Amino acid sequence: MATVFDIAMKHTEPEKDNGAPIVAVEDLRKAFGSNNVLDGINLQVARGETLAVLGRSGTGKSVLLRLIIGLETPDSGSIRIHDQDISGLAMDRMGEIRKKMGFLFQHAALYDSLTVAENVAFPLVHHRRDMSRSERGDRAMQLLAEMGMEGDVDKMPSDISGGMQKRVGLARALALEPEILLLDEPTAGLDPISSGEINDLILKLQRERKMASIVVTHDLHSAKTIANRLALLDQGKVVIEGKFEALQHSDIALVKDFLNQL
Amino acid sequence: MTNGFFEWFGELGIFSWNVLKAGLTPPYEWRELVRQLDEVGSRSLPLVAAAGAAIGVVISMEARYSLTRFGAKSMFPTTLVYSVIQVMGPIMTGLIVSGRVGAGIGAELASMKVTEQIDAVEASAINPYRLLAATRILACILMLPLLTLAADASGLLMGWFAQAMVEPLSFHQFIASGFKGAKLSDFLPPTFKTAVYGLIIGLIACFQGMRTRGGAEGVGRAATNSVVLASLFVILADVVLVKFILVVFP
Ligand SMILES: Nc1ncnc2c1ncn2[C@@H]1O[C@H](COP(=O)(O)OP(=O)(O)OP(=O)(O)O)[C@@H](O)[C@H]1O
Ligand SMILES: [Mg+2]
Repeated sequence: MATVFDIAMKHTEPEKDNGAPIVAVEDLRKAFGSNNVLDGINLQVARGETLAVLGRSGTGKSVLLRLIIGLETPDSGSIRIHDQDISGLAMDRMGEIRKKMGFLFQHAALYDSLTVAENVAFPLVHHRRDMSRSERGDRAMQLLAEMGMEGDVDKMPSDISGGMQKRVGLARALALEPEILLLDEPTAGLDPISSGEINDLILKLQRERKMASIVVTHDLHSAKTIANRLALLDQGKVVIEGKFEALQHSDIALVKDFLNQL
Repeated sequence: MTNGFFEWFGELGIFSWNVLKAGLTPPYEWRELVRQLDEVGSRSLPLVAAAGAAIGVVISMEARYSLTRFGAKSMFPTTLVYSVIQVMGPIMTGLIVSGRVGAGIGAELASMKVTEQIDAVEASAINPYRLLAATRILACILMLPLLTLAADASGLLMGWFAQAMVEPLSFHQFIASGFKGAKLSDFLPPTFKTAVYGLIIGLIACFQGMRTRGGAEGVGRAATNSVVLASLFVILADVVLVKFILVVFP
């Protein structure tokens, strides 16, 4: 238990200097047919800050991340990245914004025709034409080594476990050195040791590279470790948002049920 | 039913517009194009050549029988050359590639779609219409005429061979009399019209693949629909193109 608090102590306070949040979601609504998945969501994340998004299965956490990177279009409300509204942007214009974002899919979504190393090098091949082939290879290897995947670089995604795929997906999300990191359950399916390593890595990125991160997770232990703030989603709304301590003092039944996990 | 029909065409129109827009603007995906050319070409070549050979033999046998009956045996080389190059080679190649490549592209893109790999491409700030669709469609357009030439060559060779087994006829003699009096405009339009088949096959397979929903079942459905629709539209296009060529190159 002591280690958890050690790591928790390493939190850097989010920078307040320039004020403007990097990601700002305002009154966001999204329905699929008659299923009102998100029903007025407000969230903000600043530079160097990590927001953990919690919620029961099917509450629209993945949909929220997909909306922020523009893979789904909102029914109403706005999403601003660096103070630019992304709604209605053409794909190539949106691409410029996406280059600054790293995205980890819930099921990793690795390219099954490419090896592990090629998957991580893929964004570099397309966006870093200034880098030589070997430089890109080195960068991919370095990222994979950070995930503890250096022994599996030549394997195909179908030949590694789900937890390993997740780590490769995280390496791929970091390839372009994004300013914004959107992670959909980064520690799901990982053993406690790997999961601890991923938490450390996210903290390190937050500290050293001042990334703004939104992390969807069911793992309260991880959320407590990495997040400056937590938000709990239920029935399309943010039920509560704040520091871990604030959630502990809440008397909303759902919040209590969630915290009972620990 | 009719609603679904118009919806399908509407979506296909939007899809085509997106592909065109993305494909005509840089960055051009040369590496992926070369990979797809190889994929489409090498996947279909053996099949197309074998089918061409079989068709050549069949036409050869039929032509010998009917021409002998009507006392026009000397017309044999011309009949074989015209039937293979103008009619059978192009449509047969179109249908075989619809099956082979249509199913291949349809299933590949559908499985990428349902496992969110196409979303991953997009999330990596790469336009999937440009990287995945434009390259495959262009590869089909460029490869179809070449595959048709291969089918034609293999059909003529085996057609001649089947004839030469029955009565002596040198290959040189066969070709010389088969192409006697022929104009380039007899053969180029039927061969190059297959580029339109390529467009149809590539476009429909990419469209069906990239709009797939619903897991493994959806993937199977996308592959089947790609083949069925591509074959159907290739045959319909043939009707239009044959008429068009007859009018433009009388
Ligand atoms: N493309 C879609 N079409 C129709 N419904 C969808 C679509 N995507 C998501 N949904 C619905 O939206 C709801 C929220 O889904 P989402 O995947 O965001 O849940 P989640 O909070 O991520 O759940 P989990 O914790 O299980 O991953 C679900 O009811 C789902 O069925
Ligand atoms: Mg989810």
